[in-house]
Formats: sequence, C-alpha cells, structure tokens
Amino acid sequence: MPLELLGKLAVILLVFGSPMVLMPLLVFLERKVCAFIQDRIGPNRVGLLGPDGLDEALLGKPVLGRRLLGGFLQPMADGIKLLFKEDIIPENAKPVPYVLAPVFAMVPPLLVFAVIPFAPPVKLFGTEVPIQVADPGIGVLFVLAVLALSPFGTIMGGWGSGSKYPLLGCLRAVAQVVSYGVCMGLAMLAVLMTAGTLRVSDIVAAQSGGVGDWFIWSQPVAFLLFLVCAFAENNRLPFDMPECEPELVGGYHTEYSSMKFAMFFLGEYIAMIAASAVTATLFLGGWSFPGIKPDGSLLMTVLSFAVFWVKVSALLFLYLWVRWTLPRFRFDQIMRLGWAVMIPAGLVNLAVTAVIVTAR
Amino acid sequence: MERHEDQTPTRESASEAGWIAVSPVALLAETVKALAHTFRRLVRRGSFTVQYPEESLPPRKGYRGEHYLKRDAKGRVKCVACFMCAAACPARCITIEAGAAPPEWKDREKYPVRFEIDLLRCIYCGMCEEACPVDAIALSGTFPQVASSRAEKIYDRDRLLAIGDKLGDNISIAP
Repeated sequence: MPLELLGKLAVILLVFGSPMVLMPLLVFLERKVCAFIQDRIGPNRVGLLGPDGLDEALLGKPVLGRRLLGGFLQPMADGIKLLFKEDIIPENAKPVPYVLAPVFAMVPPLLVFAVIPFAPPVKLFGTEVPIQVADPGIGVLFVLAVLALSPFGTIMGGWGSGSKYPLLGCLRAVAQVVSYGVCMGLAMLAVLMTAGTLRVSDIVAAQSGGVGDWFIWSQPVAFLLFLVCAFAENNRLPFDMPECEPELVGGYHTEYSSMKFAMFFLGEYIAMIAASAVTATLFLGGWSFPGIKPDGSLLMTVLSFAVFWVKVSALLFLYLWVRWTLPRFRFDQIMRLGWAVMIPAGLVNLAVTAVIVTAR
Repeated sequence: MERHEDQTPTRESASEAGWIAVSPVALLAETVKALAHTFRRLVRRGSFTVQYPEESLPPRKGYRGEHYLKRDAKGRVKCVACFMCAAACPARCITIEAGAAPPEWKDREKYPVRFEIDLLRCIYCGMCEEACPVDAIALSGTFPQVASSRAEKIYDRDRLLAIGDKLGDNISIAP
C-alpha cells in the first residue's frame, strides 16, 4: 500500500511538474519565434551564450545554435524581476476577488492535467502504475468543466480591479468564453461519439492502432473547430480581446503587478499547454505512436511519454506561429465567427457524425 | 463622372454588418497562406537588429553629436579664445577662460586655459561650430555617451581635444 501511494505521488509530481518545467521554455520560445518571424534576434543577453557570454570568452567565437539558444535564461530574469516588484492593490479594488483572481487563472488549467494520460501504465515492482493522476469515467466532462472555470480568473480580476479597462476586458472575456465554449463542447462531442466513451484513457486506446486511427482524420472539422475554440478560450491572438493592449491598455490584468501579474502570465501559458495536451489526447492519439507497444516496460513508457510531449510541443508551436501571423479580430467579428460560423459548423458536424456512427 | 447612388447603401450595410466579405473557407485558405509566409521568415537567417553596444550604424551625414576641439599643424590647440562660440551658444553651456598666449606663439594673442562644455545644457544645435572664426570646434558623429555623474558630462579642454585626436580630424587649414 505505501508503495502504491508512493507511485501515485511520483505520478502527481510528474504530471504537474512537467507543464511547470515546459512553461518557462515556452515563454522563451515565444519570444524567439516572434523575433525570428519579425526578422529580429530576440533575447540573447541573459544566458551563458551571447555577445558577452561564455562562448565568446572561452572560445572567442559564437558556438553553433547560439542564434536560437542565446539568452535562454531570460524567463528566469523576468521572473526574478517580477518577484522584486512592488505588489500594489489599487484603492478601488475589491480585495477578495482581486487577490483570488490570479489563483483562478493558474489552478484550473493545471487541473486539466489530472485526467490526461501521459503514457500507458508502467509495471514497477509488481504493481501497475498508470501515468495519469485520475481516470474517471467522465474524464472529458471534467476537462470541459475545468476549462470553463479558467475564465473566472479573468472575470474576477477584471471586476475586482475597480478600474474601467479591466472591466471592459472581463466583459469581453465572458462573451467570448460563452460563445466559444459552446462550440468547443460540440467539437468534443463529435469525438466522444466516434470513440463511444468519455473515459480519456479509452479515447487514447481507441486511437492507438496507428496514425490512421487518430481522430484528426475521422474528425477533421471537429479538430479545426476545437483548435480555434482553444485559441479563443485561452485568449490567444487572434482572439486576445480580453487583453487587447492597443485598446484596453492591458485588459483584465492592467491593475496587477509583481507576482500576481506573473501568475496571470504563467496561467496563460499553462492554459496553452493544457489545451494542447487535450488536443493531442483527443485528436492526435495521445501517447500512442506506431511501433510503441504499451507493454508496461519502462522503455516503452518513457518513449510514449516523449511522444506525447512532442505532439504537445508541435501544437504549442502552432499557437506561437499563429499568434505572430494573424492580426486581432474586431470584437463583433469574433462574435459573428463564433455564433454564425463555428456553432452551425459544429452542429452540422455533429449531425453528420451521428448519422455515420448510427449507420456503422 | 456620375455617382452611382445605389452603390452607397450596399457599402454601408456591408460595413454595418462588420463582417469580412469572404467565406470561412477562403478565410482559412488565406490564413494558411499567411502562416506559410511567416514560416519562411522564421527559418530565414539574418535580422535587421543592430546589437548596439557592440555594433552601431554609421552616423548620418550632418549628425551633431559630441563636440571636439581641433589642433593646428603644430599640434597646439587651434582655439584662439575669442569667445565667439560662447556668445553664439543659445544654451550658454560653453565656459572659456582665456590666457595670454606664450610669446613663441606668434599667430595669436590668447589661447584657452580652460574650455568647458556642459553637455547636460547643450542642445546640440551646432551654432558654436558655425560661429568659430578659426574652425577650431566641431560636432562629431559620435553619440553622446552615458555618464554616471553630472560632473562626467562636463567636458574640459583636454577631453575635447582627445575626442578630436581619436577622430583624426585635427589637422586642417592653419588659421
């Protein structure tokens, strides 16, 4: 029994630790990708490599890969900077929602990972340890419920700040999340009908036969809809209405400083990772890949773990890539896209899926 | 040209609708095209960034930066302490203390014992350069450097001469 408990604790550490490790990497990559797309260099000063770094001091010339990796400690420097900034609570703020909001921005996206299988169960010391914190029969519903919780951080922050720009940002967030949450549910529903289950591990198992079994091929429209909705739910460009710097100063987190702001920032990136993990699980076969057999051996488990994160990283790159490609939509355009295009498309897709599933 | 009255309402209603006049499929196709474009930029090497302290762009012709004092053919300070520059200076940032020139300097009566420019007051207008009758003072293309105290921004005679020496622009027509 203590062994089982230990195994569970180790899995929890792994499941919640890996997005935390990935997050600063993602922040760094975001800045680099953005810089390269805009023909700039990006952060290249903080880190061991760079114009005044170790490589030039020791070797006298830039090392290979410095263009990409120079300045890789920038997220740490940013974090330390934020840590030492003054933590201000505005006079007009309502303290309870104001202080709670960053927590709500960060915790729900982390909770999503609880039901995501990172790898098939591994056999260790005679017991089978699933690399998944919990595998409830309603796993997908849990994901949907928790993802619907995350805008509460935005809403509480916007309303609790007692200032007009955050309030406008939070109003937009509510409208956007309501519109796109519906469509996200519709897209998920189509997948659930194809898989015939709500259990996340079963959905992955249903796709583990090979690349052809991935639901992205049988549900391409749902994949597209889900992806767009995930962008919208995460307030990523082109749907970053709640932040919208040119119009709303900084949107819902205008009045936040220091670590509270950092938590909003981290929450945004963790939400991105969570959404990518859900997308990879529902549409890209989760940890499965041809040639990797879930036989419980340590090697296969590590390989599938790696495969899972490669898929997630590919989706994350898509996030960054899209952000630095598309301009922001206007608010009414977002609403129209949501209600007049996405939801009808989701409904039609659902109807077609229903007919095919019943006929099968 | 005759105005087509019937076209105006159509345009207005289109902008009222606020909706892009393309189908979602076309929108998606354009998005993919845009993504391809940005990906090409992403993998392209090279950038327009100038890594400033290490690199810098050459100053534009006519850029007015730090001042310097020139020397004559014998290596002496060219300035004759006539106070023309100090008089012309709208910011009153030039302080000159004249001294009698040594007897062996046959070409002038005075020379600057002290010649200070307060760069914190200076507006880099270049009037001193215009006013100088002997072409002794000029503004270089060097950006004014950062200083850690106010005193550092007050350039004295030797420092101004040193800037000129570094630029190699000290030998010109003797006065």
